Amino acid sequence: MTVEIPKEKWSGQVREVTIGATAEDGGTRTQTLTIGGETTLPFLHFEGNIPHRPALAIEIRDRKPDDWSPILMETWGEAMESPAAWAKAAEEAGADLIYLVLSLTTADGEENTPENVRRVVREVLDATGLPLAVAGPGQADIDNELIVPVAEEAEGERILLGICEEGNYRTIVAAALANNHLVQSKTPMDVNLSKQLVILISDMGIPLERIVMDPTTGALGYGIEYGYSVMERLRLAALQGDSMTQQPMLVNPGAEAWKVKESKVGEGVPESWGDWQNRALEWEALTASSLVQSGADILILRHPETLKRVKAMIDALLATAA
Amino acid sequence: MALSGLEIYKLLPQTNCKDCDFPTCLAFAMKLAAKQVELKDCPHISDEAAEKLESASAPPIRLIKLHGEDGTVEVGNETVLYRHEKTFFHKPGLFLHVRDDEDLEALKAKVAEADAFSVDYVGIDLYLDGFAVEAVSGNAENFKKTVAAVIAGSKKPLILIAPEPDLAKAGLEATEGSRPLLYAANAENWEAMADIAKNADVPLVVHAENLDDMADLTKKLQDKGLEDLVLDPAAGGYLQSLHTFTTLRRLAVKSNFRPLGFPIISFPGAQDGADESLLTAQHIAKYGGFIVIENFEPAILYPLLVLRQNIYTDPQKPIQVKPGIYEINNPTDESPLLVTTNFSITYFAIANEVESAGWPGWLLVTDAEGMSVLTAWAAGKFDAERIAKDAKLFGAGEKVKHKKIILPGHVSVLSGELEEELPGWEVMVGPREAVDIGSYLKTVWQA
Repeated sequence: MTVEIPKEKWSGQVREVTIGATAEDGGTRTQTLTIGGETTLPFLHFEGNIPHRPALAIEIRDRKPDDWSPILMETWGEAMESPAAWAKAAEEAGADLIYLVLSLTTADGEENTPENVRRVVREVLDATGLPLAVAGPGQADIDNELIVPVAEEAEGERILLGICEEGNYRTIVAAALANNHLVQSKTPMDVNLSKQLVILISDMGIPLERIVMDPTTGALGYGIEYGYSVMERLRLAALQGDSMTQQPMLVNPGAEAWKVKESKVGEGVPESWGDWQNRALEWEALTASSLVQSGADILILRHPETLKRVKAMIDALLATAA
Repeated sequence: MALSGLEIYKLLPQTNCKDCDFPTCLAFAMKLAAKQVELKDCPHISDEAAEKLESASAPPIRLIKLHGEDGTVEVGNETVLYRHEKTFFHKPGLFLHVRDDEDLEALKAKVAEADAFSVDYVGIDLYLDGFAVEAVSGNAENFKKTVAAVIAGSKKPLILIAPEPDLAKAGLEATEGSRPLLYAANAENWEAMADIAKNADVPLVVHAENLDDMADLTKKLQDKGLEDLVLDPAAGGYLQSLHTFTTLRRLAVKSNFRPLGFPIISFPGAQDGADESLLTAQHIAKYGGFIVIENFEPAILYPLLVLRQNIYTDPQKPIQVKPGIYEINNPTDESPLLVTTNFSITYFAIANEVESAGWPGWLLVTDAEGMSVLTAWAAGKFDAERIAKDAKLFGAGEKVKHKKIILPGHVSVLSGELEEELPGWEVMVGPREAVDIGSYLKTVWQA
């Protein structure tokens, strides 16, 4: 019996977005990162094209964080003392993109300043040839205060600036427009909110080829199914031709997975949770790998071992010759 | 896939003879689509049309049930490709692979440990579904002894992996009284395996290297009267299994292709170059049915079982946390008491913030039917009366001696009423967003 393999005919395509600029394009990056362009669901090569692989970013901070899991502190060790060293270590670990998150305060408890973040961004750009994304600490007024000088310092590098949210996107988009960067939009696990913010941002005049959307996800066990399904719905809408859902998707499984009890805490937990180190790594890897299946184009991770494992999985899923 | 009234009408004689007591064939077709009448009420339907209609009313993926001495596993009956379209119904069964060449005592210990594994996730008990026992020794007596040893250590359902009919028979002798899954019929042994499965009334796995051969085999087995089949498409690693499982799900759900409308069995730990837990996760999300894993490791099994629970959660019915008072960071009777609803995401957001801010605290989770704070308040499921009732029910007064309770900022309007409902208590209004709880407590709470 000949079984006919069903194939979907999709009319839409995810937009291609390129982060980073080489000398040729007015930047100093030694490589750029292009994502998107898919004309089918994740890895279904038999019915469409997947021109670019899902990218893996490593999150670094402008200073050693106070509240990260000891497992991460031990892994990055000395490198966490300087953003430049951390960025280099992330590059060596195989990252495609450096995702730099600015802190509210400096190591001695003072408020973070425009001068300080300029210095950090310069050091990171000098330390690595990888493309860069920079996000503020997550408080609207302070984000704006810090992201504008970052955008100026990195002018022409086509970095990804974050995080644009419904209540606070204008300043960041303006900074991206003025200095030739891209922006990350972020909405809380909802298809319509996601579309709406992309519309608002593009209404400011920034081309859609410079917007990456973050539909938000929860960690495994902490709401991943909401993010997972919103991503599937967004991607299906994109392939069916709904223009404002066609941005490549960025998600942050690293930050989500490493803030839950299962990865943070080694003592006073049920014995059935198993070995702490293994469990913590599984938590990040399973959160990330599930989101690869639901259509993520960029995944931000924290542990180099997770990056290695997820990369191997993506390699296998792209091995079309097999 | 159910047929519409019009699709059914096309298969009827269209004579409007009224022998079914309906005025027209179309009226009868509409009733049939609504499952209000039975097909046999039409005396003139052709055999061919009857077959089509009957097969159309069967589920696109057959439900397969296994049971052990205690415990059952049901897999199949899925109707959608994406969980948001409706829901995924029957969680894939996770089975631990054991072999009859292992040292019997070591095997017994392994089975006992895996059998006892259980972990609580938001009040849901998660555990391994059973064991897949493989005859690798080639010795029927040995296999039977091993299966008996597994049964002695666990009452969970089994999969018997026996490549030869003799071995299959021996294994089934040891499982009398339960309903294991028999693995596997292939192009060579299918007739003998079919007889054995039929006699023992157990479901049978069909193994083939490609879908064409698979469809031929299932057809032959169905002709022999076997209905309960499971597919082993020998699907390999990440990419091949994604393509094959997606194709099988689409064939069943979208094309209503009967010969392959059965659950899938997979062996993610036996694939070269694949990471067992990541491939198992892929099979959980993308259409796996029975999943046989090689390693029992709680640190891996726990997250996999949570993933399975998450993916198979009905999107219409969010996971709820059991109402009660939860402890965070070993609180004392001087620690703050916060109140929220039993929507799992709300609960996690608050518990996580309090926990990561390093505050010992009590969290009163009220029964708001799984809604978030604002939704529950708007729906009247989170009001002063309910909060007061649950505070008393769960003994808030015995947990803390300060008699202060912190309300979510979004429902500050409830504070007056709550003070009336809880005489002697001070009602404090917390922040609107969970993320601000740490700084809120820092300003208002003197521990």
